[in-house]
Amino acid sequence: MARKTPGINTGASADISFLLLTFFLLTSNISTEQGIPRRLPPPTDDKVIVEFNQRNVLRVQVNFLDEIFVQDVQTPINQVKDRAKEFLSNPTNSSNLAKKVVREIEHIGDFPVSEGVVSLFNDQSTTYKTYVEVQNELQRAVNELRDEVASQYFGKKYDLLDTAFQRAVQKAVPMNISEAPPADYNTQQ
Amino acid sequence: MARFRKDGKKEVPELNMSSMSDIIFMFLFFFMVITNMRESNIKVKITPPGATEVQKLEKKSLVATIYIGTPLHANENTLPPGKVSVQLNDQTIKQEDLADDVRTWIGQEKESRNEEDGNKLTFSLKVDQDVQMRYVNIIKNELRTNNALKINYATSKKIEHKK
Repeated sequence: MARKTPGINTGASADISFLLLTFFLLTSNISTEQGIPRRLPPPTDDKVIVEFNQRNVLRVQVNFLDEIFVQDVQTPINQVKDRAKEFLSNPTNSSNLAKKVVREIEHIGDFPVSEGVVSLFNDQSTTYKTYVEVQNELQRAVNELRDEVASQYFGKKYDLLDTAFQRAVQKAVPMNISEAPPADYNTQQ
Repeated sequence: MARFRKDGKKEVPELNMSSMSDIIFMFLFFFMVITNMRESNIKVKITPPGATEVQKLEKKSLVATIYIGTPLHANENTLPPGKVSVQLNDQTIKQEDLADDVRTWIGQEKESRNEEDGNKLTFSLKVDQDVQMRYVNIIKNELRTNNALKINYATSKKIEHKK
């Protein structure tokens, strides 16, 4: 004869899982890690001085007052991107801006690759905020140029391309930032 | 008559609560999947600078984070001008040991992973927006000389305003 099992009161198990839920909510953070990725240059024992042609270098300086100078001219932050874009792409083939060398790139073919290098120079007293803003603007310049190349050759934005095509666009629009050792305003006084 | 009987005991039927815990467990698993555990007690206050061109860090297990910001509680390990602390793992570090401690910490972080992963390790710099570059530069220099070249400037996402 089957015996009827008494109903178990499971209301408390909901309470226990609620406790677990609140515990996890408190000990974890939802915010995903995000930021501007960069690669540092590999360490060198002896100082390798690479000579660049003056026209191929865009000097971006941030001083101790967080003022930004592009090619020794003070520039507001919202113009840095356009200056960098103009310098790297050199649409008018001006002899003052970065030189372009035609290289053969897989999937793209012959493409005039800019030889421009952005030389970033900051003071020890520069605030991190301004530094990141400048890095961000330079990244934006490169990203916009890459988007232009991507839509011209592949008809899509850079982010939506396959990895092989992304590599090709990366070769076509390289990101060259060189960081000089920072100056210290305080010790110069 | 039975129909009008009033003296019968009327009981509220017991609610079956077992599915309630199932639902909350589902919540729990959902939160466990989308969040990540706070791996260290944060002892410095950081307001990251905003940026538009941000990328997400891919593998959480391959990220080591350095915190630089204003200390939340008064401690002796502040850097001049007395408002900045550097935190590695769970503790703030003394100013005079800064470069050395960062160096040993980089070594430890690399060793705790296997060799292949150690080279893929990304060092994320979580720095308050008002911190001067001098501290960041010391750490960047250490990272560079110790061949930890993949770095990341942690930022918050700023919505781009159209001009």
